[in-house]
Amino acid sequence: MERDPPGLSVRDVVVSFGGIKALEGVSVDVSPGEVLGVIGPNGAGKTTLFNVICGFVRPQSGTLSWRGEPLGRVHPDRLAALGIARTLQGVGLFDGLTVLENVMVGAHRFRRANLGSAMLGLPWSDIDERRLRDRAVEALTRLGCSEVADRLPGTLPYAVQKRVALARALACDPALLMLDEPAGGLDARELTDLGELIGSLGSSVAVMLVDHHMDFVVSVCHRVVVLDFGRVIADGEPATVQHDPRVLEAYLGREAEPADAMSATGAADAHD
Amino acid sequence: MFGRVRAVLRAGTLLRSVVLVVVAGLVLLFLTDSLSAYRDLQLADGAYYFCVLAGLTVLAGASGQISLGHGAFMAVGAYTAAKLSAAGWALTPELAAAAVVTLIVGIPVGVAASRLRGPYLAGATLAFAVGLPALADKFPSAFGGENGLAINPPTPPPSLGPTFPLERWQAWIACIGALVVVFVLYNVVHSGVGRSMRAVRDDEIAASLSGLRVGRWQTLAFVLSATAAGLGGGLLAVVSGTVAPGAFPLQLSLTLLAGVVIGGLGSLVGAVWGAALLVLLPNWTTDVANSFSLSSNVSHNLPIAVYGLVLIVAMLAWPSGIQGGVRAIARAGWAGSAKLRPERRQA
Repeated sequence: MERDPPGLSVRDVVVSFGGIKALEGVSVDVSPGEVLGVIGPNGAGKTTLFNVICGFVRPQSGTLSWRGEPLGRVHPDRLAALGIARTLQGVGLFDGLTVLENVMVGAHRFRRANLGSAMLGLPWSDIDERRLRDRAVEALTRLGCSEVADRLPGTLPYAVQKRVALARALACDPALLMLDEPAGGLDARELTDLGELIGSLGSSVAVMLVDHHMDFVVSVCHRVVVLDFGRVIADGEPATVQHDPRVLEAYLGREAEPADAMSATGAADAHD
Repeated sequence: MFGRVRAVLRAGTLLRSVVLVVVAGLVLLFLTDSLSAYRDLQLADGAYYFCVLAGLTVLAGASGQISLGHGAFMAVGAYTAAKLSAAGWALTPELAAAAVVTLIVGIPVGVAASRLRGPYLAGATLAFAVGLPALADKFPSAFGGENGLAINPPTPPPSLGPTFPLERWQAWIACIGALVVVFVLYNVVHSGVGRSMRAVRDDEIAASLSGLRVGRWQTLAFVLSATAAGLGGGLLAVVSGTVAPGAFPLQLSLTLLAGVVIGGLGSLVGAVWGAALLVLLPNWTTDVANSFSLSSNVSHNLPIAVYGLVLIVAMLAWPSGIQGGVRAIARAGWAGSAKLRPERRQA
């Protein structure tokens, strides 16, 4: 444990909405260089877990820590400064901003110009803008969408918009990248590209992703956490978790044969 | 040649805003010189309206917040200028103070505004617009009650010659104020500040996940636009010579918002259109009404009806405001010339 620089650690988090327990003592860890998939049936608490980490939902109990420091009362707007970036379900781009501006907003944590220099249009503000633009162009180039930099997001195909959203998250140079349904709406080739990109993030970035697309999760993630009714029912390598009887039961009920379960979730093809 | 000018302008925001201000200043100088005294006063009216509309267009267009209370901010600036003028302050510090005092008043209102959305924000700022001018009636000894305060007209400096008309001097003062507003707001809109405001406007959750403090950016936009409105109010006091609560009815705040929307939301050029409309349209509709020999019942109400009609027609014709319409026409022209270009190259 001590060898690795600590990443994100979620301990015994409990969240309830009214009488319904959304998370019942969930503990999850993700370390740098690791790609963690969070899966589970609808309503299992995946998005709630993401929202707890991002500070949108306050847990009743439990602790969060990031790089060894407790993440007391997280505010969503402090995450970027901590090196935590998150993409939203769908795309969540700023419709009135060009693609380049969208990604420059993602690099906001590196903005240094103060209000006074911006109001007076001082060169310092321009230099700062140019730095942000360079970062944004770099992120867009990495995702192969630098040629649409001047377009508005609404004029682009959905898959390109998703890539821009990912570029915006990468522009803050995150140490933890949280992807909420990154595979949604993408075709097979785009999924391969996305998988390669996630694989290329390197050993300093921890990735945590929620998705329903089992092939994708199994092929991209190093480790998978399965949530069901607000509890972690499995945690391990994708190959192991796939055959865990509790996981099969959560997805398909007790009677299911393992083979049926695999083809139904679509996970078997990717396993071999 | 044209390309080289473009390359120079691309170099820096400061250069662009200075060129903009200098060119606009020269145009205004020429205008004030050639216009009659009456038209100069109208130009002065337009200039202080522009200050308010420019601030409001940044607030509503870039930051996505609505304010029905900017008439009240004008009142704050106007009363500040009038009180300080009575206390013997010189013109420049008096106008600067009008802006600063309004800035300070704008902070708590802006903080409150950043926590409110949609109809609640409209309602709160509406209450502000209705409530604040009523204070003048409440404290007649300080604010002169219904009659308000008189403010000494500015005197043109002797260096301009003994025959320099007062109206032209007032137009200069108001136009200089408007140019200051142009300078600051142009820089703001074209900086990371403007981008952050627009990001917050488009998606608050995505903006906060990018590290933008949503409330802070909204408060900033609100305070900035309140300050511009305060300067506009101070200029109004200097140009009109009196400050009274009757000058800041709720209708003023609504008219300001209408001017911003019709001019083109979020565009500083749109604020110029809006200011021109606010000054010219009431006069024009009154002239039209008077030109028909109608009974006084009708002719008194016709201007308001025509005003409303013009607003409706304008919004139907240009849903994104006059400036939006101008842009669409320009783009169509540009597309037409772009089609021609390959042919030219072949020739």
